[in-house]
Amino acid sequence: MWKTILRRILIMIPEIILLSILVFLLAKAMPGDPFTGSINPRSSAAQIQHLKELNGLYDPWYQQYWNWIVHLFHGDLGQSYQYHEAVSNLIGERAINTLWLSAFTMVLTYLIALPLGLYAGKHEGKLPDTVIRVYTYVTYCIPFFVILVIGLWIFGYVLNWFPTTGSVAPTAKGLGMLSSRFFHILLPGLLGALFGTVNIVQYMRSEVIDAKRSDYVRTARSKGVPEKDIYRHHIFRNSLLPIAAFGGYSITGLLNGSIFTETIFSYPGMGMLFIDSINYRDYTVITALVLLFGVMNLLGTLLSDIILGIVDPRIRIE
Amino acid sequence: MATNTKTADISAEELARLTAEAKKEAAPSSTKILWNEFKADRPALIALIIVVGFILFVMIAPLFINSEKMMTTDIMAYLTPPLQDNFLLGADANGRSIGLQLIVGSRNSIGIAIGLTLISSTFGIAWGLISGYFGGYIDWGMQRVYDFMMMLPMTMMIIVLVTIIDNYNSISLTFIFSIFYWMGTSRLIRSRTLAETKKDYVAASITSGTSSLKIIFKEIMPNISSLIIVDTTLSFAENIGVETGLSYLGFGLPPKTPSLGTLIANANDPNNITQYWWTWLPAAVEIIILCLSISYIGQVVSRAANSSQRRAE
Repeated sequence: MWKTILRRILIMIPEIILLSILVFLLAKAMPGDPFTGSINPRSSAAQIQHLKELNGLYDPWYQQYWNWIVHLFHGDLGQSYQYHEAVSNLIGERAINTLWLSAFTMVLTYLIALPLGLYAGKHEGKLPDTVIRVYTYVTYCIPFFVILVIGLWIFGYVLNWFPTTGSVAPTAKGLGMLSSRFFHILLPGLLGALFGTVNIVQYMRSEVIDAKRSDYVRTARSKGVPEKDIYRHHIFRNSLLPIAAFGGYSITGLLNGSIFTETIFSYPGMGMLFIDSINYRDYTVITALVLLFGVMNLLGTLLSDIILGIVDPRIRIE
Repeated sequence: MATNTKTADISAEELARLTAEAKKEAAPSSTKILWNEFKADRPALIALIIVVGFILFVMIAPLFINSEKMMTTDIMAYLTPPLQDNFLLGADANGRSIGLQLIVGSRNSIGIAIGLTLISSTFGIAWGLISGYFGGYIDWGMQRVYDFMMMLPMTMMIIVLVTIIDNYNSISLTFIFSIFYWMGTSRLIRSRTLAETKKDYVAASITSGTSSLKIIFKEIMPNISSLIIVDTTLSFAENIGVETGLSYLGFGLPPKTPSLGTLIANANDPNNITQYWWTWLPAAVEIIILCLSISYIGQVVSRAANSSQRRAE
């Protein structure tokens, strides 16, 4: 097992290096430079030139890349030109918001999906199974951003049940702040969970169907264990670990979705920061965010692979 | 030689009867199976007719629409509600007809989705087939490329690329999208190809010296064609969401070119989303209906591909 994990991590290193070069070059290729916004009518061409030289914008790309990497390892992601703040601080603030929203969505997704998958597997081929399959199918194939916009319209504007922008009410203090925060992630979290169950439901369902026919369940049945307990203690417990492994894979989806969720709900997280930075050409922030998202995708997959490797020895040998 | 004498013994009439019987018992062609499956499932047939009819309509109708005139600002028609002054679906804040934009926008969005599906599926299928058939170092290398692509934050990368490339149109946009959407298909095809390569007919072909290319594309690919058809149908439904989503964010088609996504982006204005619902809701409803119908068709296709699930006799 340790050998597999070590090998996986070794493979990761060139991938991260490649990603960082790619991200760096792409950011360099973006039109405009970070000073475009800060130039005022009085600044002369020479001054701008000097500013650019000072920031090393005329060095060859590999040298700039090397400087960037050295700073990166010192925890210095550079300054945001738009927000006049260290990128690491900026992202740190926003990351907490994204983390809350994503964690909430993920917990809700599991809470909805696990019982549904269990129930569908138990009643395989009967009416509940069909109803659940139709539900997962419908929610899966509608583009997520359309659901968010319609959800915002119905529950945010028409019914006025939920706040439509921000992460916390500006007047909230103390305990009220916590509940206000929760109130703000409730609608996007609920929508994300209700429309993101398909993978977990299907996986859980097939796990249950496989387990139903396995020897240990037959043994339990022949010993006279009540049907309810077979599902609760034997089948459900056994499928928990592989199901948990899905958490790592779903990080990719959550991060990708956060760009849409946060833009639509004007929720100040990393996704919205990314869109803002693109519009301001704030490329220190853009490179940091793309790199961060990439590394998180990688770690999520690694986590899932390790869990699955523990559960299923066949994967380890590969 | 024995077979020759035998055919001579059978009369022409008998031969015709036997042939008809054999045909009846032989497995029907895949088109036939698909058609029977649709006939057995009435709602699916309706969905198919709606989708095909709609796609044809939005492909042909824009030829008769003067898109330049459509996109000019007409301040007099500012936010006309539906069913007034010749505006069947009303007008947006620039006085442009929503109905016409919807037709042209559908053409653009569906066109890109079709192009994206064709390119990314072809590439993904080829990638999966080659990777799965050859195995070994080739497979290992190709899988590392796959891993790397999977790590990239897709939406972010597309947005960055679109910002870099100043002068893009729907064709270059389709290619940019295609870079990031072939992996799902390739993984699926690879795993099936791995299983298929272990079968006897492939081993027989290899020993008799058939070239690898021929085995891959003439022997293995037809055998997994049902999987390919199912996957392509489903990715088409998904791909509609790709372009519209990015256009919604403002990084797909340029704002001057109508797309279903830019139409939904009208909802970004708090006034539009509450009072002037006709500026964005029709496009949203259209996407939902379209995606639901296409994946419903996909369901039927996948049922037809799996003989144990077929509804038709």
